Amino acid sequence: MAKPLMINRRRFLQTTAMGAALGVAGTSLPLRRAFAADLTIGFIYVGPKDDYGYNQAHAEGAATLKAMEGVTLVEEENVPETVDVQKTMESMINLDGARLLFPTSFGYFDPHMLAMAAKFPEVQFRHCGGLWTEGKHPKNTGSYFGYIGQGQYLNGIAAGHATKSKKIGFVAAKPIPQVLQNVNSFLLGARSVDPAITCQVIFTGEWSLAVKEAEATNALIDQGVDVVTCHVDSPKVVVETAAGRGAYVCGYHANQAPLAPEKYLTGAEWNWANVYKMYVTKLMAGETLPNFTRGGLSDGFVKMSALGPAVGEAARKQFEGTLAEIMKGGFAVFKGPLKDNKGNVVATAGQSFVETAIELESMGYLVEGVLGSTS
Amino acid sequence: MSERASPSAGAVEWLARRAEAFVLPLAALIVGLLAFSVFLLFLGKSPLQLFELMWRGGFGSWFSVQNTLSRAAPLLLSALCVALPARLGLVVIGGEGAIVLGGVAAAAAGYALSGAPAFVGIVAMGLASMAAGALWIGAVGALRHYRAVNETISSLLMAYIAIALMNHFVEGPLRDPASLNKPSTHPIDPAFAIGDIPGMDVHWGLVVGIVACVISSILIEKTSWGFAARIAGGNVRAAQVQGLAVGPLIVGFCALAGGFAGLAGMIEVAAVQGNANASIAAGYGYTGILVAFLARHNPLAIIPVALLLGGIDASGGLLQRRMGLPDATVQVLQGMIFLVILFSETFYGRFKAFNPDLWQRRR
Repeated sequence: MAKPLMINRRRFLQTTAMGAALGVAGTSLPLRRAFAADLTIGFIYVGPKDDYGYNQAHAEGAATLKAMEGVTLVEEENVPETVDVQKTMESMINLDGARLLFPTSFGYFDPHMLAMAAKFPEVQFRHCGGLWTEGKHPKNTGSYFGYIGQGQYLNGIAAGHATKSKKIGFVAAKPIPQVLQNVNSFLLGARSVDPAITCQVIFTGEWSLAVKEAEATNALIDQGVDVVTCHVDSPKVVVETAAGRGAYVCGYHANQAPLAPEKYLTGAEWNWANVYKMYVTKLMAGETLPNFTRGGLSDGFVKMSALGPAVGEAARKQFEGTLAEIMKGGFAVFKGPLKDNKGNVVATAGQSFVETAIELESMGYLVEGVLGSTS
Repeated sequence: MSERASPSAGAVEWLARRAEAFVLPLAALIVGLLAFSVFLLFLGKSPLQLFELMWRGGFGSWFSVQNTLSRAAPLLLSALCVALPARLGLVVIGGEGAIVLGGVAAAAAGYALSGAPAFVGIVAMGLASMAAGALWIGAVGALRHYRAVNETISSLLMAYIAIALMNHFVEGPLRDPASLNKPSTHPIDPAFAIGDIPGMDVHWGLVVGIVACVISSILIEKTSWGFAARIAGGNVRAAQVQGLAVGPLIVGFCALAGGFAGLAGMIEVAAVQGNANASIAAGYGYTGILVAFLARHNPLAIIPVALLLGGIDASGGLLQRRMGLPDATVQVLQGMIFLVILFSETFYGRFKAFNPDLWQRRR
């Protein structure tokens, strides 16, 4: 009688162990294929998802999609702009069944995303920052971006009130139009408070180069700068270095207030959740996705960090007043008479460029009051 | 008795002599993976699932194999940039500099020759890139031999200079004005693009890399230059006493190594990017150091090692997506394998089983 029991027990143990082993191995099997109506969306980031900057802003937007029913999110970070990103896209399509891809780095667009879009015409690709052009780029691709310059203008207002030395600073990656527009907007915002303010800019030459960013921040503060902002992929180093030296900081890309709660004035943040939800809702409803999407503060593409404890009453008043103006639409940061810092006229009296103006997309100058050079 | 037994004993001896070079790295790889499993268990993740995913993502399907091959291709040439000077006892770690300058030189040549026959354009791009890389790493060798500057430090510092030079050219004299937000050189003539190997989704760079590894192996093992290099690598003074021209040997090997790295830059431009921009500084030069050391600077061993690292890299994405592991996990894994293989170096010659004499005595 005991013998069958022993066998049974042994069998029981064997089966349980096997079941457990299979269970472990089985978790990776693509069970989700069973739900045909599901939409799998792939996000690709050029840096870490928790960089307090560009990539985190996208990852935060992506994370909001998890709450949507029927949406499966697949994400990959630290993907270089080489054949690697092409293979990552292909892998997401082949192995995960992704039907909508968001390669979020500017350098993913040409040639990588375009090559994959030609290879997989049934998959939708939407890219951040690129300039999708009708007739030139495939129909299953598109680009989205936000007008964040006005956010830097608001940063400048907060900085203009906070500075005592009348010198503010900007740590910038590369002298390209998107960055120059932010530098100029920051200075013009500060000059709307006090026209005597100057802004020193330092270009580090790379999107992510922590050592140089720290050096640049220290150099700015050594020159008497007391408010710093930046346009690099991860503002973490700049924010922590500046706050550590006692300077005020304005954020960029994402909310860096947790890194410097006392010294953080405000920040220009992306609000990608709105954009991503729009795409996903449309795709799930079977609608055609737009190929070219742009928006600013008033469209909910960009938002400002909550004002920090160091922001005074006068600053708050001007900040909120200007923000209300911007939200009405048609606000122009760049309006004449305006000269660049070499003395050339870039806008004559009466001339103004609203944020959608195409001229701003090829900006190659630094305005009067910015100390620094584009080359 | 010994006459009759010698063929089989000879085979065993032959095996024993070579088995060590295979068994030790393989054992080290397994130990590395086991150590990583412990690390995973602490994270509360299943090592079983990890290995299953790594197999699937790196080697388990035709798509995965092609993914692995694509990622291994640039590592073959960049690893040679470390392995060749290593035969002379030099530790050159600045291959990244030769890669980016090779890429810039190739893009400049490709743009300048627009409209020329494809063959001429591609060969000119290849030669320009090899010349740029050879100049850069050749200078490292010359500094080492004639000015006694440490080659490890100088090659690393020169890589930073090379990247700064690339940025200067790409954002300055060679910039395509149409590349507003991503400064790039003018695109090369599309006729000069080197495409995929027929029937595969892998570009020709893979073949170029394998051929370069084979040529390097022949150079080192079968020619008098390679023999001279190995002597100089063993003992420079002894080589000089023998009358070997150590200076030209060092500069020549470094230049060839740099030429291969430069060629990797050309392939990156001609097969992937279509122009030169900051993306060509993708870190292949640094991964190449890892590959060369794991291959113990043997050009033929570089091929399987590059495939292994390419496979780990290819499966890294799947680990992120399916297991929710950060990208750093793959770097931890690579680091553990690298360390264990370096430790395993100390075991060479320690195991009796691999000693050919042992098998001889049994005869």
